[in-house]
Amino acid sequence: MCLTLLIYLVGLFFSETVSDIHKKITTAFKLFDYDANNTVDAREISTIVFSLGCFPSQADLHQIIAEVEEGSSGYVHLDTFLPVMTKVLLEHRFPPIPVEHILRAFEVLDKENKGHLEEGELTKYMTEEGEPFTNKEMEEMLAVLLNNKRGLVYYRDAVGLLGFDGVMK
Amino acid sequence: EFQNNKTENNFPLQRAQKLIRWYRQYVARTEMRRRYTWHIFQSIEYSGEQAQIKLYNFLGYLMDNFTPASSERNLISHIFREHEVCLDAEWERYFCYKNIEVPEVYSGPHLTFPLTVEQAVGLLEAFRNKKQLHSRYALQLLLETWKLLRMLPNINRISTCQSKEITICGDLHGQLEDLLLIFYKNGVPSLEKPYVFNGDFVDRGKDSIEILLILFSFLLVYPCDVYLNRGNHEDHLINLRYGFTKEVLTKYKIHGKRILKLLQKIFSWLPLATVIDQKVLVLHGGISDTTDLGVLARLDRHNYVSAMRPPKKRNSSSSGVSIDADLEEDIWNTSKIFQRRASVSYPKPLGPRDCFQNRSLQDFSGRIKVKMEDELESSRRRESVYQLAINRSEKDVLGVSNDSVTSYDNPKEEWRQILDLLWSDPMSQDGCIPNEVRGGGCYWGPDITEDFLNKHNMQLIIRSHECKQEGYEFCHNRKVLTLFSASNYYDVGSNRGAYVKLGPDLVPYVIQYQASSLTRELTARQRYTVGRTERSALKVLREQLFAHKSDLICAFKKFDKEATGLVSLNDWASAVESVMHLDLPWRMLCSQLVSCKSSDGTIDYNDWFNELAFKGPNHIDQSLLETLYRHRSTLETIFRIIDTDNSGFITVEDFRQTWKLLSVYLKMEITDEDISHLAVTIDSNNDGSIDIDEFMEAFRLTDKKSRLERGRSIPMQTP
Repeated sequence: MCLTLLIYLVGLFFSETVSDIHKKITTAFKLFDYDANNTVDAREISTIVFSLGCFPSQADLHQIIAEVEEGSSGYVHLDTFLPVMTKVLLEHRFPPIPVEHILRAFEVLDKENKGHLEEGELTKYMTEEGEPFTNKEMEEMLAVLLNNKRGLVYYRDAVGLLGFDGVMK
Repeated sequence: EFQNNKTENNFPLQRAQKLIRWYRQYVARTEMRRRYTWHIFQSIEYSGEQAQIKLYNFLGYLMDNFTPASSERNLISHIFREHEVCLDAEWERYFCYKNIEVPEVYSGPHLTFPLTVEQAVGLLEAFRNKKQLHSRYALQLLLETWKLLRMLPNINRISTCQSKEITICGDLHGQLEDLLLIFYKNGVPSLEKPYVFNGDFVDRGKDSIEILLILFSFLLVYPCDVYLNRGNHEDHLINLRYGFTKEVLTKYKIHGKRILKLLQKIFSWLPLATVIDQKVLVLHGGISDTTDLGVLARLDRHNYVSAMRPPKKRNSSSSGVSIDADLEEDIWNTSKIFQRRASVSYPKPLGPRDCFQNRSLQDFSGRIKVKMEDELESSRRRESVYQLAINRSEKDVLGVSNDSVTSYDNPKEEWRQILDLLWSDPMSQDGCIPNEVRGGGCYWGPDITEDFLNKHNMQLIIRSHECKQEGYEFCHNRKVLTLFSASNYYDVGSNRGAYVKLGPDLVPYVIQYQASSLTRELTARQRYTVGRTERSALKVLREQLFAHKSDLICAFKKFDKEATGLVSLNDWASAVESVMHLDLPWRMLCSQLVSCKSSDGTIDYNDWFNELAFKGPNHIDQSLLETLYRHRSTLETIFRIIDTDNSGFITVEDFRQTWKLLSVYLKMEITDEDISHLAVTIDSNNDGSIDIDEFMEAFRLTDKKSRLERGRSIPMQTP
């Protein structure tokens, strides 16, 4: 509790006010509030959390959703979501992965330092254990990253293309 | 060494985890952008519809409250000139195609009547090959269609007897490619393959007339297996703004006007709804808490030519054929209706639906009174219709005998029933409220659906009217299905289209598609990302923002009391929404719309407008330019109304009158000098007439796409 207060004060001092954060969260939330009654489908929560600049794991997301969902209705109300999400943002709980880390991640996968990864290689890594990608996600990602006929992912270009450009200010 | 191996092996896994997270973040952001892009397009579309309705309400009010002698009234009467006194037989003579010759060079299809299915399919092929049907055949086809439609009931009743599956299509909006795709996937209409087309065949897309001709030809070949429901765009007043009128006049230069007149009648004769197996109701917009299928089945639907104009007075000749009332009678009738409302002329907050129609009029009545006072103060020299209006006392306006008023309850009620049918949208809250966003019909809730279906012993409502990303959407506990068949409606890649098949089990089976000739040009990458569509939406939004510059500056100044020229991000967002009323996530869009933000997050709004500005002719006042730009749709609509012979030209005098009218509507001071200046700029050859297209072009009031479509690449000369 004390820690939160400290973070809150630090947050106030250094960057956005809580009021700004509330506005940011509310705006993002309302984009998915189709019925204009301050409620969203729980399945949209991950999109909302991600789009607020956070990089949570699936486990993290499940936790948040469990915290904010109205019983088992499948819906989340803004009144419940706002304080929870505000805390997440104030604590910088799921900080963005710096671009250099992404690049480095690709480089590690590219053991032979070819500058590119083959479709098969990338698929193998992404769909193995941990938080496996679904096949559909893999397919889509390849569609976005592959822009050549040889089935190779030139990851430096890819990182540039999909880089986090701070749109969600 | 063992340790090394282990970390070596773990590295890739952990790294992959990071990549996964990174990619999912990207997908979420893309989804977010897709949502607000959609929101932008939809907000602007609906506010356009609202503007159209407001304009006509305003003009109707002017008509009913000023003396006949004024020249302004003559101008406005153009707009409401319905029909001259005519029997149907006389109309048939007017629409006669027999003396239209088809030149030898014509390479399109030749039609002979009665139509055969081979000819209908041939027509499809011809249109696929970009041929145009000659006006002689078009008129003939339309005449036959009109004759057939007059025999149909208001509500089609069909059944899935035996094993017939019925195919239902939603909005097509002039997108021929989608219709061709549906026929390709599903087969053309036939005795074994009945179809229901649920309205909005025209406007916005570029092949509206071709779609109509195809639908009508199949209707003529299979009158018991093709069913057409009227949509809110099957309305000549809407067509003026949304492109169908222009399309017909462009494609049919000589006979376009006749074709449009005939279509006006055809639209009014289109059935209002279709019922399948007495259980499934198919209609274009929706229902309201007062929708009554009995009333709808009994009314004379052809009296409701436009959803925006109250019904004409009905008369029957001794032969039982209906006669269209003449204009003077029309005005008298509408006067009575409006005057009855005008009696309730004190401001009211938004109350129950009854007074919804009144509100638009009250808004304008207040505005006009103000203007009249200004006129008195500023220029007594000018003989103004507004001065005449002041002289007329309120009592005169209200002094209509009341007994004749009550007899109009019925048409008014019927009109409202039709309006609800064609314009309503579902909402998730219970109840029924006026549809303020569209300006017509209502929003209806799941309780209304439940009551309605129970009352009529039905199980499903299939409607269209709203664009959906997947081409369809269920709501109200799956008792309402929205179906939209125009894919890529807002922009390439914006949405899929869908059609529904309904068998004897009455379980809707949805098929989706996306017209590919444009999407094929997109790379796989572009199909999954949203950049292209987003850029398009933002461009439209920037134009709208620039067009509201004066109002926005006023709003910014309210936040910037110390006149620093700067506002915070929050204030910027609040100010913009207070002017634009589009309910968009402005904070989120800020970084896309404003590039001149300073490091502390404040925005220099003057710099911002310089960023947005586009160039027009230099000697024209910037604020006038802004007005022109903002209301270009309305302006172009009024020009086309005035251009009664559809020549593409209006006189300088009419041009002046239009501006005077607009200046009241827009609460803008537009001096005579400004107008003369404008007129002179356009009518550079001084022959007293103005080319509408050139005018719109000169101020770059057309977007790039339509300019290219019309084959022009350079705007008009400027002195």
